[in-house]
Amino acid sequence: MKIPSPAGWAESSGRTVSWWLLGPGLLWMGLLFFVPLCLVVVISFAGRGTYGGIVWSFSLTNYLDLLHPLYARILGQSILMAAGTTLLCLIMGFPLAYYIARAAPGRQRIWLLLVMIPFWTNFLVRTYAWMFILRTEGLLNTLLLKLGLIAAPIELLYSNTAVVIGLVYGYLPFMVLPLYVALERMDRTLVEAAWDLYATRWAVFWRIILPLTRPGVIAGCLLVFIPSLGAFLTPDLLGGARSMMIGNLIQHEFLVARDWPLGAAISCVLMLCVVGMMSWSLRTAKPLSQREHES
Amino acid sequence: MVDQPTSIDIASLVKRHGATLAVDHVSLSVRRGEFFSLLGPSGAGKTSVLRMIAGFETPDEGTIRIDGRSMEAVPPNRRPVNLVFQSYALFPHLTVAENVAFGPRMQGAPRGEITSRVRVALDMVKLTSKEERLPAQLSGGEQQRVALARALVNRPAVLLLDEPLSALDQQLRQEMQVELKSIQERAGCTFVCVTHHQEEALTMSDRVAVMHQGRVLQIGSPQDLYESPTTAFVARFIGVSNELRGIVRRIDGDRALVQSPDLTGEIRIVLPIHTPVREGSAVTVLLRPERLRLSTEARGLSGEQSLAASVDKVLYSGSDRHYMVRLGERLVWNVRVPNDESGRNGLVRGNAIHVRWQVSDAVVLIE
Amino acid sequence: MKEAGGWLWRLSLANLLFLYGPIAVLIFFSFNASRLSATWQGWSLQWYRTLWANQALLAAAANSLWVATVSTLLALMLGVCLAVGLEGLSGRRQRQIEQAMLIPLVIPEVMMGVSLLLFFVLMQVPLSLTTVILGHALFNVPVVMIIVRARLRKLDPRLLEVAADLGASYWDALRHVTIPLLRPAILGAGLMAFTISLDDFIVTFFTAGPGATTLPLKVYSMIKSGMSPEINALSALFVISSMGLIGLSLLLQRR
Repeated sequence: MKIPSPAGWAESSGRTVSWWLLGPGLLWMGLLFFVPLCLVVVISFAGRGTYGGIVWSFSLTNYLDLLHPLYARILGQSILMAAGTTLLCLIMGFPLAYYIARAAPGRQRIWLLLVMIPFWTNFLVRTYAWMFILRTEGLLNTLLLKLGLIAAPIELLYSNTAVVIGLVYGYLPFMVLPLYVALERMDRTLVEAAWDLYATRWAVFWRIILPLTRPGVIAGCLLVFIPSLGAFLTPDLLGGARSMMIGNLIQHEFLVARDWPLGAAISCVLMLCVVGMMSWSLRTAKPLSQREHES
Repeated sequence: MVDQPTSIDIASLVKRHGATLAVDHVSLSVRRGEFFSLLGPSGAGKTSVLRMIAGFETPDEGTIRIDGRSMEAVPPNRRPVNLVFQSYALFPHLTVAENVAFGPRMQGAPRGEITSRVRVALDMVKLTSKEERLPAQLSGGEQQRVALARALVNRPAVLLLDEPLSALDQQLRQEMQVELKSIQERAGCTFVCVTHHQEEALTMSDRVAVMHQGRVLQIGSPQDLYESPTTAFVARFIGVSNELRGIVRRIDGDRALVQSPDLTGEIRIVLPIHTPVREGSAVTVLLRPERLRLSTEARGLSGEQSLAASVDKVLYSGSDRHYMVRLGERLVWNVRVPNDESGRNGLVRGNAIHVRWQVSDAVVLIE
Repeated sequence: MKEAGGWLWRLSLANLLFLYGPIAVLIFFSFNASRLSATWQGWSLQWYRTLWANQALLAAAANSLWVATVSTLLALMLGVCLAVGLEGLSGRRQRQIEQAMLIPLVIPEVMMGVSLLLFFVLMQVPLSLTTVILGHALFNVPVVMIIVRARLRKLDPRLLEVAADLGASYWDALRHVTIPLLRPAILGAGLMAFTISLDDFIVTFFTAGPGATTLPLKVYSMIKSGMSPEINALSALFVISSMGLIGLSLLLQRR
């Protein structure tokens, strides 16, 4: 709703009221969000005192420490697991999003709701559900033992696989929704046209559907990749000591090892990854059909 | 008519959408090289027939043969037909040339051949200068041409067109009618066109099938349909038609006495030869507005018939004058008189006149 | 691709099974009589009864409700003002602020948690339920703003013009036209913020002081100290309450 400027309200009076309304919220977000983030950046260059305090002497030591194989391995592993999660979500989510986009409008609404509901249920509880299923005395092992498919319980929980399952489970809706929006917006007759012009199903997918829904694919991948990369709860509950991710490392440095500057440096690296991913995707997410607007 | 080979042969095609019969036992055959139109109001089932020919919908009953080959279980990408979509469905992320090259590329044609075929196709629709543009940068008429070229480049046995001109404005539409017809002649391929626009169908087509409520009512040349419609629906749908309903009271050689509830008294009409009417059969007499004349005299020439009427309304439309003349309480006819006679036709509302026509111009339908 | 419906449908169903199966299993086993939670030994409500007797758990639940209520009210006040205020700005400025507000929703929650922890400690604010409330209100302000703005965009701009034409001042128009029309959206946003606050673990984990235990924190420590059917029962209650709240919220937003 655009507030009209003529008709009795001087342009400036509307403006002034708007700024009064915006003031508290902007101040709030600035103080509690942007200032703390800046603090993290500053602290990441500080030193650590003997008993866990912060020493205000600035250097790159913390970042150099991160090059240590122990940290580098966790960073690399996090990126790999987040990428794997994203890929799995894409593979699983695409057919679902396509099906929803092609369904009758009434049915579309129901399916979207069904996809959204798990997302709105407590994340902790949903992760716990997988612990219940995957652990050694868990449901899956019990079932497999009863069916005689395995002789002894297998170790499923506390592994990278368990973490990826948990992440896919948690973030699949994030993939489906933007994909659905892009697919729904796509002109359906284009698929028929391609088919009419001798394209196989595979060619229709690669040459028509995928290029035309690229913004949705990129948005979905981003929405899954970023929280997966910074995940804490899932690797904490489903992963073991060997399946640590960046989020766990940050938590460890802050709450257990009490090395805040190092924790802040890791946070900054995570933030850098996120910002880098976002700016890259913003540049490439523009649909190909809008190329002409750039010239 | 010389017996040309058949291009498409459709036999008792049925398509149900839920409980309704979208296509109700349609049979027709299209000759090779012909411009064939499916004409009808929206919901007549013509688009369903087209989509079944293209392979996007599966018939519930009946068969479709193209060049003698049954199309059962043949997917769209294996059929020797191409469809020009109503919305054109140009790929927005591909240039004009890439759009046109799509079909040959999917069929695995060699690179050099693709380039030359694309050139020929774009040449045919006069778009060679715009091959590097994206669809969004073209006008509506140009997009239409790209859609045509993209289909024609595959040298289909049959080109299917779904309401090809509906997205264009009036002026462009008339230009494209002529253009489409000449492209068809140049390409020498069979065109099957779906339209709800009767003028479009008449101007472009060699033959037209009129559809209504899933059924084909009549197939014939534009002239056949206009001059001798076999149903009142066809007569009404193609052009304007004046009607007179009545019951045959007596037959007297080639004449019949017809009593109409809309008229007082009986009128005597001359029946075309071999009209199978009997006493008591219900008939509808159809007359085109431009075949009627108005005169102040009751007596006509030989072979003419006349009815008394009064002028209800006069509409001036440049080349013609349209008269609405009242023949009875509930019966008003349209009469169209070219304006070269207008000097003599100073008729105004309320004038008592006589409507006259040639006996042979009346079409008599038996219900 | 018309005929491809069959396998697409089956794949989609498999996806739903994946999404709902674990939750369903969890709720089902919360009624299990056995303490060995993966073997079924008949129906029982005993785990719900032990929950009810657990004083620490009830205290945590009370904390959660308090935090959710206060932080939701805070977020509503700030978020609604932001949404309405944004409408009065011109295109570029508006877009900048809007995009900046989206950042808290996109960055990993861990980041938000540690930056708040750092901020509070450096400002020498003792960690308590209050700091938790501040943290929750922080991530809920953008949520409220987005929902309210979506509703604002659907309103007929002519309504405000009519108000102006009838002599209302800008302020009057906001109070008597805009805000009443936004009521369902505001309620919906409030319910959503309330649910998110009830469910939040990570920000709470980093900003809660000693004794400031909320329900998710309690569940977490229960999980960490070993599986028990009580957690299943608690989870079932969690699932049912958040689904109910969200359903209500979506219903309100749609009107």
